[in-house]
Amino acid sequence: MTATLLLLAAVFAGAAAALGHVHRPGVAGEAGLAFWLATAGLWLLATVAVSRLARLEPRAPAARRVVDAAVPLAFGAFLFFLWEVIVVGAGVPAVLMPAPSAIAAKFVASLPTLGADFVQTFVKSVLSGYAIGCTAGFLTAIVADRVPFLKRGLLPLGNFVSALPVVGIAPIMVMWFGFDWPSKAAVVVVMTFFPMLVNTVAGLSAAGPLERDLMRSYAAGYWTTLLKLRLPAALPFVFNALKINSTLALIGAIVAEFFGTPVVGMGFRISIEVARLALDMVWAEIALAAIAGSLFYALVALAERGATFWHPSYRQ
Amino acid sequence: MTAEALPAPRAAARPLSRIFAGAAGPVAVVVLALLAVWYVAAVLANWSLVAEAFARGGIPATFGDVLAGTLGGERPVLPAPHQILAELWKTVVDTPVTSRRSLVLHGWVTLSSTLLGFAIGALTGIVLAVAIVHLRMLEKSLMPWIISSQTVPILAIAPIIIVVLGSIGIRGVLPKSIISAYLCFFPVTIGMVKGLTSPDVLQRDLMRTYSASVADTLWKLRLPASVPYLFASLKVAVAISLVGAIVAELPTGAQAGLGARLLAGSYYGQTIQIWAALFAAAILAAALVAVVGMVERLVLRAMGARR
Repeated sequence: MTATLLLLAAVFAGAAAALGHVHRPGVAGEAGLAFWLATAGLWLLATVAVSRLARLEPRAPAARRVVDAAVPLAFGAFLFFLWEVIVVGAGVPAVLMPAPSAIAAKFVASLPTLGADFVQTFVKSVLSGYAIGCTAGFLTAIVADRVPFLKRGLLPLGNFVSALPVVGIAPIMVMWFGFDWPSKAAVVVVMTFFPMLVNTVAGLSAAGPLERDLMRSYAAGYWTTLLKLRLPAALPFVFNALKINSTLALIGAIVAEFFGTPVVGMGFRISIEVARLALDMVWAEIALAAIAGSLFYALVALAERGATFWHPSYRQ
Repeated sequence: MTAEALPAPRAAARPLSRIFAGAAGPVAVVVLALLAVWYVAAVLANWSLVAEAFARGGIPATFGDVLAGTLGGERPVLPAPHQILAELWKTVVDTPVTSRRSLVLHGWVTLSSTLLGFAIGALTGIVLAVAIVHLRMLEKSLMPWIISSQTVPILAIAPIIIVVLGSIGIRGVLPKSIISAYLCFFPVTIGMVKGLTSPDVLQRDLMRTYSASVADTLWKLRLPASVPYLFASLKVAVAISLVGAIVAELPTGAQAGLGARLLAGSYYGQTIQIWAALFAAAILAAALVAVVGMVERLVLRAMGARR
């Protein structure tokens, strides 16, 4: 335990020293063999430290949670460290691959631009499209569930459409709804509709026959059974669709912007800055997309935890 | 006995009801309904455009003229299904494969990068899954990053990968395949980790009593047990691999491929061309998934699965 922590501390100190060293004028871009050997040694040491950390099984649940979170964090931090050291130390041109520090600096420097892009793409296109698409899919699923004929006809189609490259409809939507955010929201609506439909229909048949018989013996009608038994039982499936859609929606909106936008938006910025070879700005935009996507996903996951606390996968 | 024998003549007497008990009948009805809605929508969407054109030309147009115009226009807002099929027929069958207008050529460009990316991605996914199952450190440290890598809109990185690889001299099919591979390794990894850990404690204990090595357990127990999981994820992977290849053609203004066709169509307002490219992509996706499904059935039968 203490040995592992000491090892981790040593790796951390070594990484900090290497970071400080690599940015010095004589080293940046022309790091010598000794520096690379030291970095390789640090890598080995870090691998040992992380695998020892992963093997730790502390008794206290709180400590265990800390360890479980620390392992991927340490791993990720080391990846970023390697990226920075290699890019700066070997002097990789910024046109090919900017260093994380340069990306972070660009991110901070262009916060207003990023903010405007975020509002245009995420708040306007993604959120409205996501809300409409998921709601429409959910309601259609309930109707399809009520009419068995429709269910048998729609479900194979829905599964089929899920395998199709739906983003391809982006140029058509841009033609129909114009360059601004409604066309992007329309793409997101179509992309999120079918996963929601298929998952909700599957979820509505998740309630077991025993529970349904119980509801019948209570003389519960269709709506009571739906609201009190079948919809709650379908929630894990619905949240599954919400999680899938949270990433799909962002992709749909960004890709749709490749087909024409006003001069603001994450997809627009990415395509324009790539053409100008300003890769630090592109990476800053991607970092923004990654943060927004992860937060969105995490929010849905948190809501799921609150709404389906009874599900076996959340029981301790 | 009687219960089994009785329903047969009834079903034979009413074949229609048997068709509608399955999926084929309802799907056909829904598809026909969609087609009908499509035609109505095409007439409504194109009506004002066609009526205006007639009025501008000063030609007195009857109702029938405008109706015919809405379903046969050159650049309609929404082309009718038969126009799309005609365009597909023209660009697939009537055009020589070497021509720049041939959809077969564009489809092949996209398909080749899809397949290469699918192969790279599936292999990476399997190797990663095997490593994750065997190394506890990787399971704890890598798995969260693999999952969070999917909350990043990977497709947004597509232009960078193409530009970066292009500037160090790698062009053509490989950069597009890398995007496909990046997209499709994820479901394979997740499915394979599930599949490789699917043998239960009893089966693993049996391998231990045989004093089987780790490699033996992998080859003779874990890998065979993971095959159904593998194919389930391969079907997802091949579909998104195609999406990756198409999107990879967009931001760089690729010259050939279904994505380039979409982009060119949107620049010049050729709606029929866009829809034809979309249909071609859909047919390609369906065919790819069907092929994976066929291989799945063959492999499972060869492995003695009960079907």
